[in-house]
Amino acid sequence: MEDPLLAKLTNVFQEVFADNSLSVSRGTTASDIKGWDSLAHIRLMLSVQRAFRVRLSAAETSQLRNVGALVDLVRMKQGRG
Amino acid sequence: MNGELFSELCWLPKPPDDFYAQCKSLLRAEGQQGRRVRALASCALDENGLNALAKVVETLRANPGALGPLTPFKLGIASNATTHFLVPALVATAARHGIALECVEGGFDQAMQEACDPLSGINSARPDAVLVAIDYRGLPLHAAPGDSAAGEEAVSAALSRLDFICRGFETNGGTTCIVQTLARPVESSFGSLDFSMSGTNRHMIDSLNRRLAEGLRGTTALLLDVAAFAETVGLAEWHDPAIWNIGKVPFAMAYLPIYAEATCRLIAALRGKSRRCLVLDLDNTLWGGVIGDDGLAGIVLGQGDPTGEAFLEVQRTALALRDRGIVLAVCSKNDEATARAPFRSHPEMLLREEHIAVFRANWNDKATNLEAIAESLSLGLESMVLLDDNPVERGLVRDLLPEVAVPELPDDPALYARTLLAAGYFEAIAFSAEDRTRASAYQENALRVALRDSARGVEDYLRSLGTIIDFRRFDSAGRKRIAQLINKSNQFNVTTRRYTETDIARMESDPACLTLQVRLADSFGDSGMISVVICVREGDEWRIDTWLMSCRVLGRRVEDAVLQELVRRAKPLGVRRLIGTYVPTERNKLVEDLYARLGFELVEHCEDGLTRWALSVEDHVATELPLRATHSAPHELSGAST
Repeated sequence: MEDPLLAKLTNVFQEVFADNSLSVSRGTTASDIKGWDSLAHIRLMLSVQRAFRVRLSAAETSQLRNVGALVDLVRMKQGRG
Repeated sequence: MNGELFSELCWLPKPPDDFYAQCKSLLRAEGQQGRRVRALASCALDENGLNALAKVVETLRANPGALGPLTPFKLGIASNATTHFLVPALVATAARHGIALECVEGGFDQAMQEACDPLSGINSARPDAVLVAIDYRGLPLHAAPGDSAAGEEAVSAALSRLDFICRGFETNGGTTCIVQTLARPVESSFGSLDFSMSGTNRHMIDSLNRRLAEGLRGTTALLLDVAAFAETVGLAEWHDPAIWNIGKVPFAMAYLPIYAEATCRLIAALRGKSRRCLVLDLDNTLWGGVIGDDGLAGIVLGQGDPTGEAFLEVQRTALALRDRGIVLAVCSKNDEATARAPFRSHPEMLLREEHIAVFRANWNDKATNLEAIAESLSLGLESMVLLDDNPVERGLVRDLLPEVAVPELPDDPALYARTLLAAGYFEAIAFSAEDRTRASAYQENALRVALRDSARGVEDYLRSLGTIIDFRRFDSAGRKRIAQLINKSNQFNVTTRRYTETDIARMESDPACLTLQVRLADSFGDSGMISVVICVREGDEWRIDTWLMSCRVLGRRVEDAVLQELVRRAKPLGVRRLIGTYVPTERNKLVEDLYARLGFELVEHCEDGLTRWALSVEDHVATELPLRATHSAPHELSGAST
């Protein structure tokens, strides 16, 4: 069964990369998505923070290895909030 | 919660559900797409939406003509911060204002180098304007609390750096600068004492902003009041230390849309695209309740009732706009006598019939009425704003007349006035004596029209006006209004060439140019400057580079008088022929036959509709006109010889 958090995250990715056919999984990394450079990363992190109402620090967002790590980070922050 | 009005552009409708799909389909669209792009840009887009739409604009730019009918504009951006985020926000937002914006970014923190080097990326691109997006971190403003000499010195040094950058772009890039006020950082030193203590951030930035604004007066540079926007949404929201540290982004990304909106309003105003007429609905927009049902005694308006006060504020806002030259009109589904009754006899009404240039109350649909209002004021639909509480009417007008701006309104009338003003439809980059009387000028015009109906003949009527037409060459006193006319006249404009104040200043002293600023006054009032002509001498010919006229004075034989003046000035200078060009646009069909009417001969008819005309100065016969010309001093005549 698909993780609902991942599904919502997919919507965020689609808006940030302006591509409504984009799909992401836990294993997706920056090199899998065209246009995911450092600027897009900032845009993505801000959109994630707004969509999930969490606050992520620079240290946290610069260490993410893949989408799965981002899902876990968001879930942890939400759990705390 | 009220801050959302600005961060989420609440006066704009929400984007359609398939916004991203529409963007995607536009990427592959053929032919002219400017209107579709503008329609999407006119939604309340966040930074992702703006980014997606900017991609569309950048892609379409590769096909010549694909962005038509948007007006091209090239903007340089020099900053001490990361500008990569600004660019897509600006490009997409500009489309909302009818501009096809192309941005040229300077290197990171390279404003000074970009300005001073004639071959820099920005200068060599010859932009129409440069946005000097420098915030407090980009200037040498080191706090020295209590040391007033050091504080003053820091402010002066910061101002002269900004001045140096602007002059650099003006000299080396031949362009105009848009300079920002500084949004003060949140962090204080002492607390409330900061404001009175010289050398603190608060004291220095306050003084810098004031001196910057005063220093720009009388120059061609424009002020973008970032400080005002930052304070409006709250400095603690505006400044985001985390995002500065991560990406050197100068303010919280949530405010990119409003920052871009503020910047593009200035650019649009520079291109004469600000709106000029506010059309008001009546029931539940100017008063609470329905006049046809509730009657004069039943409508809610006036002090002592919170709803009544909210509607008073709407009326006060409309009157204040009228005082700065915005024309007011009424468009309401009502019987006319019923609709006029509150204006005539409700004691709390601030708006009276004398304030309304066109009053249309009937049972036709609003789109038809808006078209009629625009026509009777000789204004284009893109000059109009409709304030209406009814979402159905708003939707209908947006659908049928997408050129008309129709702000979304919140449920609570207490926020109507604020929402209307937040939308910034009436952005002005200058305010002249003529602007102050513009709204009444439109009304005088309506009066003249009424009188014309009763006059025996048009010529008799015109003669009865006792019109005086005054000709002067361009001078510094007229420069602002000349620039305004050159950049906003669309209908009576044979070539629609736009020039900046810098260009105009150059023409004042160019011996090869014959320039004319034309003013009109009559027994009804002073119309101010209403026409501008620029001729460029080539051998024994004058090529008419620009000839435009305000549509308020159509049908008064002004164009005949202008031609007579040109001929009068041409003869002693040995100019033998006048060469006129008509460059067709969507808006200037009015002057397609101007040269033919005035006795010019057609010499060329190009495939794209452009026509060229010639008139022999010798053969021109002056006829008697219903205007009396006053001529400037004769010594001026020698100025145009080479």
